[in-house]
Amino acid sequence: MSTPPVKSTARTERRLHPLPVRIMHWINAAAIFIMIGSGWKIYNDEVIFGWLHFPDSIVIGKWAQYGLQWHFFAMWIFVINGLAYLIYGTASGRFRQKLFPLSLREILATVGDALRFRLSHDDLTHYNAVQKILYLGIMLVGVVIVISGLALWKPVQFSELAALFYSFQTIRLVHFLCMAAIVAFLLVHVALALLVPQSLLAMVTGGPVVDGKKPAPAPLPPPEIEATP
Amino acid sequence: MRLNTMPLRTPTPSIFRPRKALDQSMLTENRRLLADIDRRNVLRGAVSLGALTMLTGCDVSENDAVQKALRAVSSWNDGVQHAIFRRNHLAPTFSAAQVVKPPRFNAYYDIEDVKPVDGATWKLELTGLIADKRPWTAQQLSQLPEQELIIRHICVEGWDYIGQWSGVNLKYFLQRIGADLTAKYISFKGADDYTESIDMETALHPQTILATKYAGETIADPFGYPLRLRTATKLGYKNTKWVMAMEVTNQFAETFWSKQGFNWFAGI
Repeated sequence: MSTPPVKSTARTERRLHPLPVRIMHWINAAAIFIMIGSGWKIYNDEVIFGWLHFPDSIVIGKWAQYGLQWHFFAMWIFVINGLAYLIYGTASGRFRQKLFPLSLREILATVGDALRFRLSHDDLTHYNAVQKILYLGIMLVGVVIVISGLALWKPVQFSELAALFYSFQTIRLVHFLCMAAIVAFLLVHVALALLVPQSLLAMVTGGPVVDGKKPAPAPLPPPEIEATP
Repeated sequence: MRLNTMPLRTPTPSIFRPRKALDQSMLTENRRLLADIDRRNVLRGAVSLGALTMLTGCDVSENDAVQKALRAVSSWNDGVQHAIFRRNHLAPTFSAAQVVKPPRFNAYYDIEDVKPVDGATWKLELTGLIADKRPWTAQQLSQLPEQELIIRHICVEGWDYIGQWSGVNLKYFLQRIGADLTAKYISFKGADDYTESIDMETALHPQTILATKYAGETIADPFGYPLRLRTATKLGYKNTKWVMAMEVTNQFAETFWSKQGFNWFAGI
């Protein structure tokens, strides 16, 4: 048995968040930001809930046409980047490795731990069952918001798709609820990223080195707070 | 950075715009914020950028370069919509029981400000690539075969209703007057100085008509009497009311709403 001639260098070492994931994460962050802000502007022209009007100071686009322009610009970035992410995550094995297996027992145990503030989490490279569920769930929401968006944009050209939603206003409602789910996710995601700064930093620098199969022990000192986004 | 270039807007009130003028003080505040950020270190600057975009997203849109880029994407979207347009794919139709009466009013002014067209003296003017340019009276148009559409009207704002429209099929009419069906656009002019144009594929779609009736009766004044365009494959604002003139042309011209930054193709 011959030994490999060269050992892997720091450059080729696999990190918790490989460069493509980091790039796609931040592109997605920008796209989502524009989609939500401009979506709120569009919503305001014909509100679904009488009590809900997004303040002018937090929408993107002073006039209806600007909101629409931003929305139909950022949709390309969101969709193309999202597809690239799904393809990468599937092809690279990242989803299988990070998000599966997922057992009901593990979910219940994690939820129980979380409720008792006993979530042991000194390892950034391992997702607990609640994280797995949230990440899988938000990806599903991303898919549904694109499908409902397509049906909203082209209810006649894609009338077969639009027909799945009962009525045009139902498509709007589904699109809106997906947005609400993303906003709720973001509140938790951003709050926890700020509580565990290592996790935020890891999405910029790549984070701890992993061997690609098993998560390596985190080289960073264990975080004080027992959760990561 | 030039902000607030005015030519995009007309002084006329519109349902698409807030009634109240917007507070311009935010602009000055944000300029200060912008200048301030130059003095900060990169990381803090990057964090503030998010907040800045949030605060000025509306104003940034009016920046010439940004608006140019956004409109370029909107033109690209016109091309995409043209490419995915299914020429013979029919929009869903509905039953007469679902029809909303009267239809929902929409224009760039209120319903009280509608100036009715005198149907007795009205004529449809024809120009451009048309063999027989003789104008049509309402009486002559009523002799043509009538097609009925019970279709969904969708406004860019997000509301919709089911309407029942009847009139001559536009493709039939274009053939009848000897229009060049290989031309690119059909332009319409409304009595209210409204302008719109549609692509030839949409004009030739089986569910595009020149409507003269709503729910079996002559269209009422606010909804386009004596003639309005009604197509099942476009947003509401493409359906010109009180049509005075129709032109068949290869020249693209910006329309009432596209001049203000709304998407031109506006397909659904």
